[in-house]
Amino acid sequence: MIKGAYIHIPFCEHICYYCDFNKVFIKNQPVDDYLDALEKEIARSGSHPNLETIYIGGGTPTALDTQQFNRLLKIVKKYLLNESIIEYTVEANPENVTPEKLHLMKENGVTRLSIGVQTFQDEILENIGRIHHPDDAAKAVEEAKKAGFENISIDLMFGLPNQTEDMLISSIQEALKLQTEHISIYSLQIEPKTIFFNRLKKGKLTLPGQELEAQMFETLIRTLEEKGFSHYEISNFAKPGFESRHNSIYWQNEPYYGFGAGSHGYIYGQRVVNSGPINKYIQRVNKRGHACTATHQVSITEAIEEEMFLGLRMKQGVNKQHFYEKFGRQLNSIYNGTIKDLKQKGLLEEDEDRVALTHEGLFLGNDVFSSFLIG
Amino acid sequence: MSENTNNRQSRIRNFSIIAHIDHGKSTLADRILEETSALTKREMKAQMLDAMDLERERGITIKLNAVQLAYKAKDGETYTFHLIDTPGHVDFTYEVSRSLAACEGALLIVDAAQGIEAQTLANVYLALENDLEIIPVINKIDLPNAEPERVRQEIEDVIGLDASDSVLASAKAGIGIKDILEQIVEKVPSPQGDPNAPLKALIFDSMYDPYRGVVAYIRIVEGTVRVGDKIKMMATDKTFEVIELGVSTPKIVMRDELSVGDVGFLTASIKNVKDVHVGDTITNAIKPAAEQLPGYRKMNPMVYCGLYPIDSSKYNDLREALERLELNDSALQYEPETSEALGFGFRCGFLGLLHMEIIQERIEREFGIDLITTAPSVIYQIETVDGESHRVDNPSKMPEKKEIESIEEPFVKATIMTPNDFVGPVMELCQGKRGDFIDMVYLSENRVNIIYHLPLSEIVYDFFDQLKSSTKGYASLDYEFLGNRPSKLVKMDILLNNEKIDALSLIVHQDFAYERGKAIVEKLKELIPRQQFEVPIQAAIGQKIIARSTIKALRKNVLAKCYGGDISRKRKLLEKQKEGKKRMKTVGRVEVPQEAFMAVLRINED
Repeated sequence: MIKGAYIHIPFCEHICYYCDFNKVFIKNQPVDDYLDALEKEIARSGSHPNLETIYIGGGTPTALDTQQFNRLLKIVKKYLLNESIIEYTVEANPENVTPEKLHLMKENGVTRLSIGVQTFQDEILENIGRIHHPDDAAKAVEEAKKAGFENISIDLMFGLPNQTEDMLISSIQEALKLQTEHISIYSLQIEPKTIFFNRLKKGKLTLPGQELEAQMFETLIRTLEEKGFSHYEISNFAKPGFESRHNSIYWQNEPYYGFGAGSHGYIYGQRVVNSGPINKYIQRVNKRGHACTATHQVSITEAIEEEMFLGLRMKQGVNKQHFYEKFGRQLNSIYNGTIKDLKQKGLLEEDEDRVALTHEGLFLGNDVFSSFLIG
Repeated sequence: MSENTNNRQSRIRNFSIIAHIDHGKSTLADRILEETSALTKREMKAQMLDAMDLERERGITIKLNAVQLAYKAKDGETYTFHLIDTPGHVDFTYEVSRSLAACEGALLIVDAAQGIEAQTLANVYLALENDLEIIPVINKIDLPNAEPERVRQEIEDVIGLDASDSVLASAKAGIGIKDILEQIVEKVPSPQGDPNAPLKALIFDSMYDPYRGVVAYIRIVEGTVRVGDKIKMMATDKTFEVIELGVSTPKIVMRDELSVGDVGFLTASIKNVKDVHVGDTITNAIKPAAEQLPGYRKMNPMVYCGLYPIDSSKYNDLREALERLELNDSALQYEPETSEALGFGFRCGFLGLLHMEIIQERIEREFGIDLITTAPSVIYQIETVDGESHRVDNPSKMPEKKEIESIEEPFVKATIMTPNDFVGPVMELCQGKRGDFIDMVYLSENRVNIIYHLPLSEIVYDFFDQLKSSTKGYASLDYEFLGNRPSKLVKMDILLNNEKIDALSLIVHQDFAYERGKAIVEKLKELIPRQQFEVPIQAAIGQKIIARSTIKALRKNVLAKCYGGDISRKRKLLEKQKEGKKRMKTVGRVEVPQEAFMAVLRINED
């Protein structure tokens, strides 16, 4: 049973220097055609009486103008929004989440906002290609609350060029003042085809380095936990009961739909990918009703590996009973050597019910995850 | 001797091609094959003579080959050409000299832009020693920076050849090919020798074929060999019965007999390639020749290294791979050895560095075994205080310092040819590699031959790369073995995480130990990835630490984002990491990548 739906809006008013998601400048793009295609694609997927989560991400969903934005929300409402929905998130940027759009969202069933704040240092915002200012972020949260949102998340980043530990602490403190229910803090990753990647290649980017990054991670975990946030996933913190349900679907290796250009879905044991380029996506949907370009049937081995390297991202780790129910095999019978080795290295902890990362394991997650690849 | 035979013999021309790597030998060979219609265009694969993939990729010839071609000359006669291919690298000098000995003439290909190189010159001297008629060909004359006149002058000045009617050619563009073929007819002497004399056939190459046994490539110098003859290898006294004779055109054509001047192959149910020595003489076992052909030498490995499978369960596969390669390569030697750090492997002997690299690559590529290769070593002659003498081919096997009376190491005479702009850097390099200056000869206004005596161990480390980089790639190198000389050498151990790693031990001159130790620990720091804990690296002579460095602990390595449900990206990243780990060997608690074991070779890289 598919419980989650992701909808991708690949348009932005500006491109952030670190971003490698599927996105384009919104200017002169066929946004209306895109929404038409999106409607067709979603409509064709049938009815979803058991769907629990919806997540509209991007790109920048709030980069759409009010009318287009309204249309998007209406499409979702028509085809996906059922009684069963328990979480409906929209990603928003501080500079374009207007009171009008907030009210539209509220009216159309959105329950949760994820606001891309990144940092509260003006000079860093500029250096990473963001166009909003720290005040905009605070204002956006305020307006959202005014509009009645009771589940707000803000995204922060660390390990940014020229960012010091003090700057990070001050950003976190500013974020805490806003009293949101959820905070995601991602460390900067330099991905190919980004402005930062090219700058790094040319030697024009100074990054904090592994030591400082580790220290920042340590500090931010401590600070947020002290304030009553639970560090429930490597990059995610929540007040009790406000863990992201949608993202948990990914981590629990459960199926989900992906709608929109370049989106990824996991349906009936297959990983599916839509065409990324906007025109191609529109053409394909108009021609065939869907835009799927690639499918991959996940083998049992791959599913087991994914169960581990996704599940271990969560503080609760991988539950042995769930594992057995899903795969008909004992976790320990498959991974006994790996678990023993990682426990010895102090990266993994195990009890009768589950295996999970240790505190040190959180820092060296990739070493742990890659150990669970078989063969 | 019948008129017919005599007549045929007078129309045979046996020649090879001498050229520096990249000067266009393979292309010219292709053109000659085309021109003599040995192959239709459709059959023509570029660089026909270089059979193995590896050769084609690296653009160098490893295995020799010989083809028989028919050429209808301007005088109306049809001539039989035998083109004997030679390897183009310094490691294979002896094999080159034997293939040259199978010829009466040689084409000397010189690049019209680059002029003569040291290896070319070395091979020209080999050809002159074998009394070959040399036909200079100035190739690549269609290059924009070609200077055929300067190169012509250089050939006259440096080699003392009359280059006035040397062919100006472009093998690539097909210019001058006919002229080359005509000069072969005119200038290369026909083979002398008596077809009725006792058989003398020179072995210039061999190859193992799983169905036919060893295939010997031979040149008949005297006499005639027929299918069914009892033959004898003069160096080993082993006898066999001839099963097949034939030539390659380059299609295989079987023959009943091969006679004076013929170049072809012979099979005789020979099981072991080591029974067929390059340079040996095959004679008739019933009616043997009185003496073997001159110039035979047994080839001995000069360079040794340890080969270990990264995955220790592949030890048997590695042994099988070496056995298979040995079938075709009589110069390859190996014996089992054990390393505390690397487990079970083999100590292997090679003719030189290129030979070593080729074997490693073939094992990894053709047999799919990931290897750890230890840094190459030469053979050290060590006298211990108890009066015993030892041959040490593995630095970790060197006796304790107090037990050593004296150490000798192999020296070579290195000939370096360079434009005179780089004389300074070349001499500085040789000086830094413990070289003794011997001579410097101006070959022409701006080309110099510099001769040094150098320890072979310095050459096997990184001499060639450094020579290339300090001369912008212009200098070329040739070397020959001189003999062993006493040296003040010490064993340097490398400690990782306070454990001595035998596979990293090396022998260095005591005056250079400190410097080299420092460079190695720094290089290792760069090559070994961060571990979960801090790893000290030390270089030590005996108990004394002479250099140290530290690999900082791995602090953070975790993917932040979930990419909107794109699991495949995450998976790819993790798979890459896992793949990297597979190419590492766990030594003690430290995961060490393959290339770290060769760190000593890479000290001067950035």
